[in-house]
Amino acid sequence: MAVCVAVIAKENYPLYIRSVPTESELKFHYMVHTSLDVVDEKISAMGKALVDQRELYLGLLYPTEDYKVYGYVTNSKVKFVMVVDSSNTALRDNEIRSMFRKLHNSYTDVMCNPFYNPGDRIQSRAFDSMVTTMMIQVC
Amino acid sequence: MMSKSDGDICFGNPTELHGTKAQIPNVATEKNTFTRLDDEDKQEAQSPTMSPLASPPSSPPHYQRVPLIHGYSKLRSSTEQMHPAPYEARQPLVQSEGPSSGGPGAKAPRHQASLIRSFSVEREAQDSNSNYPDEPWRITEEQREYYVNQFRSLQPDPSSFISGSVAKNFFTKSKLSIPELSYIWELSDADCDGALTLPEFCAAFHLIVARKNGYPLPESLPPTLQPDYLQAAFPKPKWECALFDSYSESMPASQQARDSNRMEATIKDAAADFPAPTQATTGDDSQALKSTADEALPKDMSKDPAIPKDSSSLKARPRSRSYSSTSIEEAMKRGEDPPTPPPRPQKTHSRASSLDLNKVFQPSVPATKSGLLPPPPALPPRPCASQSEQALDAESHPQLSRAPSQAAESSPTKKDTHAQPPLKPIRRKFRTENQATENQEPSATVGGPSSAATAKAHPTVQKQSSKQKKAIQTAIRKNKEANAVLARLNSELQQQLKEVHQERIALENQLEQLRPVTVL
Repeated sequence: MAVCVAVIAKENYPLYIRSVPTESELKFHYMVHTSLDVVDEKISAMGKALVDQRELYLGLLYPTEDYKVYGYVTNSKVKFVMVVDSSNTALRDNEIRSMFRKLHNSYTDVMCNPFYNPGDRIQSRAFDSMVTTMMIQVC
Repeated sequence: MMSKSDGDICFGNPTELHGTKAQIPNVATEKNTFTRLDDEDKQEAQSPTMSPLASPPSSPPHYQRVPLIHGYSKLRSSTEQMHPAPYEARQPLVQSEGPSSGGPGAKAPRHQASLIRSFSVEREAQDSNSNYPDEPWRITEEQREYYVNQFRSLQPDPSSFISGSVAKNFFTKSKLSIPELSYIWELSDADCDGALTLPEFCAAFHLIVARKNGYPLPESLPPTLQPDYLQAAFPKPKWECALFDSYSESMPASQQARDSNRMEATIKDAAADFPAPTQATTGDDSQALKSTADEALPKDMSKDPAIPKDSSSLKARPRSRSYSSTSIEEAMKRGEDPPTPPPRPQKTHSRASSLDLNKVFQPSVPATKSGLLPPPPALPPRPCASQSEQALDAESHPQLSRAPSQAAESSPTKKDTHAQPPLKPIRRKFRTENQATENQEPSATVGGPSSAATAKAHPTVQKQSSKQKKAIQTAIRKNKEANAVLARLNSELQQQLKEVHQERIALENQLEQLRPVTVL
């Protein structure tokens, strides 16, 4: 179960960030922020020649004692970062991938809205509800 | 004095919504009155961030508190946005209850209410119509006509899409705030393709009208505004509405029964043009075109040809991202019919552009649409879309190899345009409805006979088809000749290649023989 989901724009500012409203959410914000370095590292490691073949799913970015952070980057350098509770060992890689895929699909739906300017904060209801289901689903 | 609480006006703060009617007012006045709402809109615009959309976690409560049935009662309740008052669901025009609101924005609501009242031209009349819980979300006939007219002003082809940017400009004129418009779009664009079909457009327009009149936006698209419902609910005798008839019925047989003779002839023309533009634009990507068109066409044939149906079926499909390409193709096909087709690459489809689509399609659009349905998907490798009776005679001439020699003789045979096999199969699909038997032969000129026979029933259509036939024939003849030349060239080159190969082998042998000599 994702405890925090964030959508980061190409310029590395958050378009959407939402956490499980339990503890200090600032901690999750900080984790997302630090994970951006790891994401950039992974992207640059692939090299420009491999942009087409680069896989969107980046996998586990880094684990902490309580949480694991997964990353996903789109072709337009929009990053999705998901913080997952480590105690939830039942979560497999495939599930994380499917969650990112759903995120990506919802994100493209948001982009399809002509009233959405790329770079704005995401305020779509559908996106919200999808993220909510992701945060609740796997327990 | 729009205080912060007025920010919730965007979504149905009851304090502002007095005097609103039980039914959405006649739309005809809506757009004209948009300017009048500038004041309150500015006020609303000032507080976009206060809208429930701004803070996702807190947004749901606003909406959950406002079930549609209580929409009216909320308008009158003086409570803050919390609890819908248990008033009766509908009351006819209620005078401004500003004082009773007690809300902070008493002045503004009254002001708004007076403006809103000005919209209530036919509310009383409409009140009687609506006795359902979702009455604000029902589109009346006048409203629908107005919406359709507006749609046509933006997009002449009612069966095609309005692009996102066009719709954005249009809806922005309504002076609603961008988050609200964004939310309305989210509700109404059911298939999330960034374009609005006519039912989607009507739903969006209706939501905007409702919002302008103070109704809170629903959390999800009401059932009466869903595209499927809208298509089925408003069959009209007009030309564009005949399309909806065909969509809603989803019975190709019924379509054909209506006007079988005329339809078949026009179907041919339409059919020829449907694939032609598609082929022209994707001539290079033959395989992709074939696959997507094949996918699209059987779908058309099996289901309604209407784009709205396509969009709904697209909706129903698992959300593969590829559906947008199919819908684009459909849009391409549809969008090019009534208006003259856009200029296309000349290489193989000059004949298509020479067809007078307006003549073809205006007389019988439903027929055109249904024409997409009947053709069976059976595809002979060499499709032929000939409407000429000569094609019948020419059917006896089969093969491509003989095409060069026969090219001059039998122009109809040129219809065996093997030169464009990836493109023609789609074309042929439409023809095959009358050519099912001949489909099996590669060179069979499909559809000529029966379609021509039926075409005779309508002389005017026949004249058109004969003109088109000639154009098609000349173009086909040229293509066949070019094909033959290229085929010959190809064979000659192959020959040369073989010879060169042999020479090379001989040389290599010699080299091997000579090499030991030199080494020694």
